[in-house]
Amino acid sequence: MSALLEISHLDVHFATPDGDVHALKDASLTINEAECLGVVGESGSGKSQLFLAAFGLLAGNGRATGSVRYRGEEILGAPARRLNALRGGAVTMIFQDPLTSLTPHMRIGEQIIEALTHHQKISRDDAVKRAREMLDYVRIPESARRLRQYPHELSGGMRQRVMIAMATITGPDLIIADEPTTALDVTVQAQILEILRALKTDKKTAIAMVSHDMGVIAGLADRVQVMRHGAIVETGTADEIFYAPRHAYTRMLLDALPKADEVPAPATEVGAPLLTVEDVKVSFPVKDKGLFGKTRTLRAVDGISFTLHQGETLGIVGESGCGKSTLARAVLQLLPKTGGRVVWLGRDLDAATQSDIRKLRKDFQIVFQDPLASLDPRMPIGVSIAEPLKTLEPGRAGKDKVRAIMQRVGLDPAWINRYPHELSGGQNQRVGLARAMIVGPQMLVCDEAVSALDVSIQAQIVALIRDLQAETRLSLMFISHDLSVVRRLSHRVMVLYLGRIVELAPSAALYADPRHPYTRALLSAVLSPDPRAERARKRELLTGDLPSPLDPRAQLTFLKSRLGEPDYRPRLIEVAPQHFVAEHDEAAAAASRS
Amino acid sequence: MIGFALRRFLGAIPTLFVIVTLAFFMMRAAPGGPFDGERKLPPEVERNIKAAYNLDKPLGEQYLIYLGKVAQGDLGPSYKNKDFTVVRLIATGLPVSARLGLCAMALALLLGTLLGVMAALKQNHWEDYSVMGIAMLGITIPTFVTAPILTLLFGIYLGWLPVGGWSGGALPNMVLPVTVLALPQIAIVARMMRGSMVEVLRANYIRTARAKGLPATRIVLAHALRAAALPLVSYLGPALAAILTGSLVVENIFGLPGIGRYFIQGALNRDYTLVMGVVICYATLIILLNFLADIAYGILDPRVRLS
Repeated sequence: MSALLEISHLDVHFATPDGDVHALKDASLTINEAECLGVVGESGSGKSQLFLAAFGLLAGNGRATGSVRYRGEEILGAPARRLNALRGGAVTMIFQDPLTSLTPHMRIGEQIIEALTHHQKISRDDAVKRAREMLDYVRIPESARRLRQYPHELSGGMRQRVMIAMATITGPDLIIADEPTTALDVTVQAQILEILRALKTDKKTAIAMVSHDMGVIAGLADRVQVMRHGAIVETGTADEIFYAPRHAYTRMLLDALPKADEVPAPATEVGAPLLTVEDVKVSFPVKDKGLFGKTRTLRAVDGISFTLHQGETLGIVGESGCGKSTLARAVLQLLPKTGGRVVWLGRDLDAATQSDIRKLRKDFQIVFQDPLASLDPRMPIGVSIAEPLKTLEPGRAGKDKVRAIMQRVGLDPAWINRYPHELSGGQNQRVGLARAMIVGPQMLVCDEAVSALDVSIQAQIVALIRDLQAETRLSLMFISHDLSVVRRLSHRVMVLYLGRIVELAPSAALYADPRHPYTRALLSAVLSPDPRAERARKRELLTGDLPSPLDPRAQLTFLKSRLGEPDYRPRLIEVAPQHFVAEHDEAAAAASRS
Repeated sequence: MIGFALRRFLGAIPTLFVIVTLAFFMMRAAPGGPFDGERKLPPEVERNIKAAYNLDKPLGEQYLIYLGKVAQGDLGPSYKNKDFTVVRLIATGLPVSARLGLCAMALALLLGTLLGVMAALKQNHWEDYSVMGIAMLGITIPTFVTAPILTLLFGIYLGWLPVGGWSGGALPNMVLPVTVLALPQIAIVARMMRGSMVEVLRANYIRTARAKGLPATRIVLAHALRAAALPLVSYLGPALAAILTGSLVVENIFGLPGIGRYFIQGALNRDYTLVMGVVICYATLIILLNFLADIAYGILDPRVRLS
């Protein structure tokens, strides 16, 4: 095996208004041909900068020193002409967030083709043909039509496949995949990883897999490097890193991951019913394109019923577009419902006036996904935290209360006058929790509250929520796309698919004995930090994208025998005590949904 | 597309109506009238003139008469420029102003974009600082300073260009006024372009383009320029309308027969119909140009296409 890329003693400095930032410290690594190197680290570990620096893509204020050899040739500081020949040709890159990583005003065909035509002498027709072959390879159907579309017309998973097509069309020796699946749904993530795996085995392409997610690395990497604060702390084969980690930080990363066999018992006993949701529906009008585009109805939430008990955690799981956030907002009266009832402690909330609901908000609070964006950037965190109390119970608001709650959620009370941008993501989410908890609610809705956080921080915030729940007998609606996080908190779990429940069961039953094919596919797509298991695993992959919620027949994806009745909605059937499953065709289990 | 244009056209009618109404009554609310001069007219003469122009009727009735005429495309006679209708005045003046304005704007777009992109690519280097410094000068120095200086230099000392006059729009006569009109616009366009270009160059898709090994020119032209031009488009609509309807200062200094001076003269003289005519002309242009800007937006950014 010969070394394809050798990076040695690479240092990166950024000149910032606050002085010099030493982003990468003496990093060295080797990638051999046809090998996958996993580079793991949390945000700010310098893992992305490492490869950007190696190929001359640092931001203007960055400076790299050291040595980067590609097939023995020194390329650090090489002239732009040489780097341009290499980049996009022999070495290509896939980035996180394919929406912002594709040029919005260029057709995707144009973007794929230019990658080819700038590196190889090829006629336009041949280039188009190659582009279509590439789209087929990454399993994008109707390639001819797709080539003429713009990035915003594709789903997130499609866009990432376009990125992969773009990065593979020149037949590179090395693909640098920088968090290629991070913003994607689990089932789509599984599909993308499958494509990368195929690239490695079929085309013998070396891959540098940069990720914060040990699970993503586990299934793909031959060797792994762990990075922290800009330095490489541990290097080894995948088995060494996962089964015999030597560095404390590696162990901490692995311990922070939810493990299937260690599920903590729920924090509280379940009490009397608190909230009853009956057949709630929320729909939005969507106007078709064009002059006489007709208005269609998007049923974001299409008839959902459940009961939440005191002290209970109801996990709500589903992929993007399944209506989980819309449901939460409708329940909290933050969105108008199209139908159904929400009853809070025997009181019909639809009959309550706006000012009554404002008073009731003391009892139900919400924590949002993006901790930084959900806080007012011009307000010190102390003021943000105190605000609900000032509004709902003006007499009780005081700095002491704010300091006490800050202490409780693990924030230094001395930070009361700091601003959100001065805190980290995890700290800001603690502010979000403090703001929600200060009024002493009976129910807390966590809408993807830990999704944007690093795994180690995620574990801390989940533990904090558990503690708060144990202390106050709080009821939780815990919404997440991440099944393993939901499992750690939930008494019962509800799986949503296109605005409807497909399965609702006690947590243990759902994970041990999933009945609905969609639930099974979701669970099968969950990655575990166990390379041997990941390599050996047969997956129940769903192919294609989620069907459009505008398509009335989409609900029948798993009940194809009823396709003739587009208004039919699968019924929920109790298959075991408290275990409800939506009607489905057993044969459709592995069927395509596109 | 046609539906979009139709909707916008229908939407423009009430807008114009409101503008006409407001302008009409505000004009009348201002003290004085078109025939109040230093020397008072004999009462019977004044009465006759007012009757001839319908100014003796109640205000509401005058308004209705005016509206009816506007609907037929008749903007009435000018009170001060005797023997000329407002339509005629605008028809002779607007082409001159529009031609100057268009040339100036084209020049500004070309040079401004070029300078702005250059500054953005050399962000925080001397090229950037010098372009931005000069642009600041261009914005702060008013046209009534640049016009005489340039006239003095190129018209009098060097004798290369005529110092004024229109001569039916001969090229040498246009150079100085167009340059004077364009200078602040070049500066504004350059600054806007630099700002948005710096922003766009930081975008993830530019990183992708660089990672594809594309040369810098291709990155700027194919990937960055369209997105960076977006803020410019929203500026261009109103700016173009303003520059097309003429500049009082430039037209006066160079003695050009544009419509910029009619507006001011009309307002000072209470030449009601002339002011109203220019207002209608200006408002129509604004509406039209904003419509074009919206279309341009759709062309530049497929995400906003007629949604």
